[in-house]
Amino acid sequence: MNIRHSRIAVAALAAGLIAVTAACSSGGGFSSNSTPSSGTTGSGTLKVLIGSSGAAETAAVKAAAAAFTKQSGVKVEVTAAQNLTQQISQGMAANTPPDVFYLDTSSFQNYAKTGALYAYGDKVSNPNDFFPALKTAFTYNNHFYCAPKDWSTLGLVVNTDDWAKAGLSAADVPTTWDQLAAVAKKLTTGGRVGLTLDPTHSGIDEFLLQNGGTLISDDKKSAAFGSQQNIDALTYVKKLATEGSMKYPSALSAGWNGEAFGKNKAAMTIVGNWIDGAMKSDYPSVKYKVYELPAGPTGTKATNSFTNCWAIPAKSASQANAVKLVDFLTSVDQQMAFAKAFGVMPSRQSAKDQWTSAFGNDAAFLSQAANAHPDLALAGGAQAVSDYDAKLAQLATTDPKTILSSVQKNITAVIAQNG
Amino acid sequence: MTVDSTAGLSRAEAEVAARSARRPPRRRPGIRGREAAAGWLFTAPVIVLIVLFLVIPILMAIWVSLSNWTGIGSPFSSNVKFVGTRNYRFLLTQDGLSRQNLMQSLRNNFYYVLFVVPLQTALALFLAVIVNRRRLAGRGFFRTAFYFPSVTSSVAIVIVFLFVFGGSGVVNALISKLGATGPDWFSQQAGIFHLGLDKIGVHKAPGVLANHAFLGQSWWEWLSGPSLAMLVLIILAVWTTAGTFMLMFLAALQGISADVEEAAVVDGATSWQRFWRVTLPMLRPTLFLVLTLGLISTWQTFDAQFILGATNPTVVTPAYLSYQTSFNNQQWGQGAAISFILFFIIIVLAAFQRWVLRDRDEAREKRMIRKQRRAAAAGRSS
Repeated sequence: MNIRHSRIAVAALAAGLIAVTAACSSGGGFSSNSTPSSGTTGSGTLKVLIGSSGAAETAAVKAAAAAFTKQSGVKVEVTAAQNLTQQISQGMAANTPPDVFYLDTSSFQNYAKTGALYAYGDKVSNPNDFFPALKTAFTYNNHFYCAPKDWSTLGLVVNTDDWAKAGLSAADVPTTWDQLAAVAKKLTTGGRVGLTLDPTHSGIDEFLLQNGGTLISDDKKSAAFGSQQNIDALTYVKKLATEGSMKYPSALSAGWNGEAFGKNKAAMTIVGNWIDGAMKSDYPSVKYKVYELPAGPTGTKATNSFTNCWAIPAKSASQANAVKLVDFLTSVDQQMAFAKAFGVMPSRQSAKDQWTSAFGNDAAFLSQAANAHPDLALAGGAQAVSDYDAKLAQLATTDPKTILSSVQKNITAVIAQNG
Repeated sequence: MTVDSTAGLSRAEAEVAARSARRPPRRRPGIRGREAAAGWLFTAPVIVLIVLFLVIPILMAIWVSLSNWTGIGSPFSSNVKFVGTRNYRFLLTQDGLSRQNLMQSLRNNFYYVLFVVPLQTALALFLAVIVNRRRLAGRGFFRTAFYFPSVTSSVAIVIVFLFVFGGSGVVNALISKLGATGPDWFSQQAGIFHLGLDKIGVHKAPGVLANHAFLGQSWWEWLSGPSLAMLVLIILAVWTTAGTFMLMFLAALQGISADVEEAAVVDGATSWQRFWRVTLPMLRPTLFLVLTLGLISTWQTFDAQFILGATNPTVVTPAYLSYQTSFNNQQWGQGAAISFILFFIIIVLAAFQRWVLRDRDEAREKRMIRKQRRAAAAGRSS
């Protein structure tokens, strides 16, 4: 009897505690699909969470925030996240997300789908000034959600010493796939390969796009991985691998393609402008040049692009001020300051000329802007994409058609789930 | 042995007699009357902590695994719907990526457990027996040395292993000294059984294994063995955990009275016999503890995968998959469901292991008591 009594007591206690925690955590219902037309106008301190690449970036964002405070009187608190994805998730679950944060394109899809974001894209000044590929990346259901912070495209990076030693001149810079294969073969000598690629979709999809293939449609309603163009493109990459003129970084005992290039285990690589920082700090003696990617057999030019946006959550109490801050941070002057501080490319077209004259060596990255496609992103698709990556890592020993048809199956399943 | 069981029998009889005599007397207030209240009072802080940080989160996770919560706002808000077993169906019965990933992670983890648990237990016992020798010089040094990996941060160890087994790491340098080329450890996806078969000329799956599938993976895939990347993590786990378990065995070994060993020596047992027939049976409770802890921790392994970033699907474990599904894919329901599937697997295996390692004498005793009690009850009712 005694035991039964105490069990009831424990159960009551547990129930009580659950009720208390539930009450604490469910502060107000959350309407998921509304996109408020006019933002909230709280005037508290703006909390900004960034996924910083290092001390230089953190300092630059903090300086920009301080300049904004001076101009507008709105206090801003910038925090560099330890683990951005996880910290945003925690903030969202607790209904206390930061007022402004970095958001990558694939997480963007998830949060836009669940209605967690404030669609303010058209409220910043001159929204059509952003590069089209970036606007596409942050548009969901025809709403332009958040302003792109900066971006990167892929370029062909060439070791100029290796190039000269192989007897190649500026005229030999490949503009077609056949030329790329030819120079890669020529540059493969003495323990060095001609080309190394990032073994994931981010480093290989551009070949599919250059061949006229498409991946996921812009409205995220259909996918076409299994097309003949895509199969042919992957077959071309596979051929480079089986002929030995292309190797993945892991086979060159490097952690990523920039490292393999820096250690001169590969004479060329296809990589974004983040390679500049690594070359400057780790391999300062290696001379290299950046070129536009070669075009596919039908002359189609394409490159893959990567970006983050300044996201503002639907739950923020100070959306109006947050939009002002983002407007300030994405101004041409501020973007140029960021470019100088930590080497990123501006997301506004009006900054293009200024940036190109300041960073002439990297001009090829930005000159491809018109051919840029946003990197693969789909709500709930992270696992399908990492499965695609795992398969691409085995490309040398797998049939391209098998890879693509299974990716098509997985991605279509995700699209069906999203409804 | 015979002496033992008769003693057990008489003890059992005594117990039955004692129990029937111990009719609960009527409760009356007295000097001990307040004990229960005091007990609750003193345990209350711990109970509150456990309920708050263990019981309630588990209950909340059960709810999440049965809901369509998207990770935004409270899982108890009005727009989170109950979806029944939908998340579990995606993981267990519906052909698709969710099931494929879960099954691959279970396969990876199964081989991890299969290799780590026996190896770490055997190594720990071996080290404990060596360190326990009375005539070993520098015992203290060895004890510390063997225990050292266990107290080092797993982050540090994983990163060191990343270098050691890297493409141009120490291991590959040694292999190339021997005239071979070392593999690319962390990006290898093929299982070692497959690699072994490949070496002896079996390059393709036999039709029987390739064409029959179980839970979305062909039998050939189930039988792949751990990948080289997983093998590195297996070595890492054995190396780091053996020290802790050595300490447990050592404590148990030191608890065995020297008389027992002397008696065995007098009876003419060889040292081999003494180990298998005397020492090991006396270590059974510790062995149970070590195996249980090993089993649970290996099924929950997460830290190494988290640090590696696990771009290689052959090292992903259910615990890491649960994290990935929740945080990267924002599918919180499925993530929670994976953790409960893992919970169920661990419970079942621990129960099975308990049954295998049960004390057979004790089990016989309990059976006897039950039989007698039944007989007594039958006698009373007739």
